[in-house]
Amino acid sequence: MDLSSISPALVVASLMVASTPLLLAALGELVVEKAGVLNLGVEGMMITGAICGFAIAVETGSPPLGFLAAMAGGAALSMVFAVLTLVLLANQVATGLALTLFGLGLSSMLGQGYVGIKPPATARLDLGPLSDLPFLGRAVFSHDWMVYVSLGLTVAIWYVLTRTRAGLTLRAVGENHDAAHALGLKVVAIRFAAIGFGGAMAGLGGAYLSLVRVPQWTEGMTAGAGWIALAIVVFASWRADRVLLGAYLFGGVTVLQLNLQAAGSALPVEYLSMSPYVITILVLVIMSARRSRATAAPASLGKPFHATA
Amino acid sequence: MTDDLLTLDGLTKAYPGVVANRDVSFGIAPGEVHALLGENGAGKSTLVKMIFGLVTPDKGRMTLSGKPHAPNSPEAARAAGVGMVFQHFSLFDALDVAENVSLGMSDPPPRATLAPRIAEVSRAYGLPLEPNRTVGDLSAGERQRVEIVRALLGKPRLLIMDEPTSVLTPQEVELLFGTLRQLRSEGVAILYISHKLEEIRALCDRATILRDGEVVATCRPSQETAGRLAELMVGRKLDAPARAGRALDSLALMVRDLSLPPAHAFGTPLTNVSLRLHEGEVLGIGGVAGNGQDELLAALSGEILAPEATLFLGGRDISRLGPDARRRAGVLTGPEERLGHAAAPDMSLTENALLSVSYDPAMVKRGLIDWSATRAFAESVIARFDVRTPGPDTAARALSGGNLQKYVMGREIVQNPMVLVVNQPTWGVDAAAAAVIRQALLDLAAQGAGVIVISQDLDELMEVSDRFAGLTNGRLSSFRSTSDLSVEEIGLMLGGAHDMAPADPGLPSRKKGATA
Amino acid sequence: MTLLEKRPQPSRAWAWATPLLAVALTLVAGGLMFAALGTDPIAAIRTIFYDPLFNPLFAGYSRPQLLVKAAPLILIATGLALGFRAGIWNIGAEGQYIIGALCGAGAGLALYPLDLRLIFPLMVVAGAAGGWAWAMIPAILRTRFNTNEILTSLLLVYVAENLLASMAVGALRNPDGGGFPGSRNLSQWGSSRNVELIPDTGLHWGVVAAMIAVILAYVLLQRHLMGHHIRLAGQAPRAARFAGVNPSRLIVFCLGLSGALAGLAGIFEATGPAGQITINFNVGYGFTAIIVAFLGRLHPVGIVLAGLLMALTYIGGELASFTLGIPAAAIQAFQGMLLFFLLAVDVLTNYRIRTWKGASA
Repeated sequence: MDLSSISPALVVASLMVASTPLLLAALGELVVEKAGVLNLGVEGMMITGAICGFAIAVETGSPPLGFLAAMAGGAALSMVFAVLTLVLLANQVATGLALTLFGLGLSSMLGQGYVGIKPPATARLDLGPLSDLPFLGRAVFSHDWMVYVSLGLTVAIWYVLTRTRAGLTLRAVGENHDAAHALGLKVVAIRFAAIGFGGAMAGLGGAYLSLVRVPQWTEGMTAGAGWIALAIVVFASWRADRVLLGAYLFGGVTVLQLNLQAAGSALPVEYLSMSPYVITILVLVIMSARRSRATAAPASLGKPFHATA
Repeated sequence: MTDDLLTLDGLTKAYPGVVANRDVSFGIAPGEVHALLGENGAGKSTLVKMIFGLVTPDKGRMTLSGKPHAPNSPEAARAAGVGMVFQHFSLFDALDVAENVSLGMSDPPPRATLAPRIAEVSRAYGLPLEPNRTVGDLSAGERQRVEIVRALLGKPRLLIMDEPTSVLTPQEVELLFGTLRQLRSEGVAILYISHKLEEIRALCDRATILRDGEVVATCRPSQETAGRLAELMVGRKLDAPARAGRALDSLALMVRDLSLPPAHAFGTPLTNVSLRLHEGEVLGIGGVAGNGQDELLAALSGEILAPEATLFLGGRDISRLGPDARRRAGVLTGPEERLGHAAAPDMSLTENALLSVSYDPAMVKRGLIDWSATRAFAESVIARFDVRTPGPDTAARALSGGNLQKYVMGREIVQNPMVLVVNQPTWGVDAAAAAVIRQALLDLAAQGAGVIVISQDLDELMEVSDRFAGLTNGRLSSFRSTSDLSVEEIGLMLGGAHDMAPADPGLPSRKKGATA
Repeated sequence: MTLLEKRPQPSRAWAWATPLLAVALTLVAGGLMFAALGTDPIAAIRTIFYDPLFNPLFAGYSRPQLLVKAAPLILIATGLALGFRAGIWNIGAEGQYIIGALCGAGAGLALYPLDLRLIFPLMVVAGAAGGWAWAMIPAILRTRFNTNEILTSLLLVYVAENLLASMAVGALRNPDGGGFPGSRNLSQWGSSRNVELIPDTGLHWGVVAAMIAVILAYVLLQRHLMGHHIRLAGQAPRAARFAGVNPSRLIVFCLGLSGALAGLAGIFEATGPAGQITINFNVGYGFTAIIVAFLGRLHPVGIVLAGLLMALTYIGGELASFTLGIPAAAIQAFQGMLLFFLLAVDVLTNYRIRTWKGASA
């Protein structure tokens, strides 16, 4: 194995790219779960976003339009989930699974004509002299604009959740929906908004995969990224700053194993490919074994809400 | 009365199958504590929800200070000057006091201004609170203060209090009354909902009594006897349960130095709990909610296994036995929560019977259920306890609270256990059903069983138990004979007033830890 | 004002009618989807649901396929349904299916080329044990560390897929296969063959196992205390504790059983219809079985019907993609849609839609 072929700056750069879809999807799910809703359909919304974004970007030649379309696609799918769970009071776990199964089928149907096409390139954000810095310029300041958007969103979501009235309201709904209802908070409306936001973010993450990270469309290309995003939220103990840490950690594992594959590691390829999943499981175990109150899930997470009076 | 602050005129609210309120009219004057008295299910909750904007009336109207009052949300009600303190607190455990207060305000100030205002208001009314503490860590009394302070910050002209004393010790009740009297003297009208007659007589200026959704009387409670009020509320005279038989000398159940860590994040640990229950005896364990009642019941039922050599049934160590094995040994239990703990809501009464009889080979042989025998058992409970239901195939959730409680209590009692432990046996149950259940517990003891009644209703405990102890913070006081126990002493056994400062500055203050 | 009102008790009539209503709604929505794809919706639906069974041109091939495809779905869904009823979410049956096939095939191939009647039963046992063991990972993680079994069981599917790939090109590769990935053909080796018991019916040992599993699950749920405890734990966990149910034991039981059944489905598939272990041996039965379980209302008899219906959409879908050019993925979307509609109309079982205004009493 030839480790010298691995350039640290390139590893960091590709780590950021590999982490961005996970970060986007996990941030969205964080907001959804903070509102007390467990949406297991992240994988389905991601892959729907991936094909919506890809198709629109190819048809219009504009990646920004593609990302917008991906958000719309993910959000549209999430609205199906919202109507089922919030209005028709369907089981959240089952509905989330249905969303994933449906999204996988829908996306490969929509993607029939797009296999093997190269999408228009997403523009690199020009950071001027920053990009010329040694190491950091290559590793951190030479990315497409979506990478920086995802980082900005992390800060924004952290701020809204912890510092604003809107965030407090959202957390209150996720903590105790009956009390929130008794105080006059619009539980269902708030959850609709949160689910829609989560769907848009998952769609964005999916489009980042198909437009930047890979970049092309293949069936089932999310390959469990949505599930890893769900795991990252647990890992992060429902905190935005730790979601960033979690996403970059998992992105790092992925990049590392890819680099080891390329460098010709003694370990068979299959074992390297399974490592991100194995490590995700291990991290989940460690996090759940040392649950304390500071790291507990929102108390109403996954519970149905039906206002009786 | 034209000078009333709030008048209700012909309020009617119907739900499919039930009329919650029919043509309810009365008025509340400024500076008046007005009691709304009624049994469970009489329609008190629906009525106050209409005043607070959570429910829209079908018919009738309300006037507040001469203007029509028709709030379509709690926010609108608050803006009109109505504040409410809920029975089941509308609080968020994981958030801190300031955040909880802020969520209940229509237009909350920033935290930097809010925190000092919380401290200020709470001091002025003798309700010390620290804005930064997590609500999940507070005692029931402290949690109520959060609710009251939240309502007071909205400067209400009318304050609704829904069963406020059910979670307080007698001393805390006195202090709460001090706060309410202070508010009354400032001209605030208080609508005080309760079914506790003595406190209504002590506190309230007028009372409106609801039965089956209708106003049956309006009176001055101080001029009525408790018995007369009860009759108005229930609609007929009720007999106090009769006691027969005396406790025997032989020991039924012994708990020795039982300690358990809390089962969940906001749970209570049990610390060095010891008791001796004799055959034919009823032990009463009082205490404010959240002081370890659930944990004690779970430890006795076997839902949580106790450390070795802490529980003995007639000399046999049963500490490490699970629920089924304990039932086989003769210890049965009745948890507080009817729906979800004592019974599965969606299952039929027959299926629910199996919850506590599956150890019985007449019902379950080598794992196979004999449904017809189980059904016959369910029918026998229904017949003996006069459970009003179409039959044993009805889902538990379709029964009224009183009927389901009779069923789940009856399910344990008809098995003639050696020891029965019940938690809140008559909580949220109408008076007639409560009387049936208390009598059945006494009858069981008269036949020689040992009975432990855990309850937050002190009147109930005084009525049924031979000896009494208080459970505070997971610690059990020593038992005292109920025949010579004063309310004051009971209050102290329940841990007094939890650092509550009295509203009257003339009284010696015991407060500590209040932030300025 | 329209409002959902909780029924005093679940409606039995609606419990049976909702799956039918969901199927009807899915046919309408699916028809619209096919129309949007530019296919005549009537022709598409006839091709999927009618032709495989009754069109003489295809029925000869398709009818036996019905049992072949339904057997693994029913086998897996029966196990999953028990867990779902208890609130234990094993969604990694696909992985347990793969590991079952790998273990079973490995046990058999270790004895190649012996000619022994015992080899096939041994492979079946090894397959069940493999699926069980794979499901024990989330079970133990849940009981010991309180780790969410939904995420772990699902993530283990990807691990299993990589193991499968590794085995297909490594340990289990056919030494006489000229370097091609994939194991020896198990359906052509007498000792390991999962024979068709009645010619031209598709009835192989997997079908027999599925029928036995359904009957046992039925008895378990209706008559056995364990079944009662399973339902109790799903509906009211605290009441289950009160009744003496040990949650950890229940988790181990439900995950283990569903894993073993998925493993069985895997080894029957590997020794019969699939014939060998290849890189893309798994075709998503483990996920489709989730739909089957819900469509069958988590009831063993319902699962049989739902499994047959779902098998029909597979066969009809292939036919439609072959004759009408409908993309294979459309069938997957169709199946997902079915689950959506089922979950949506399920509300009618527990709630009634009430429209009323003003005072009525």
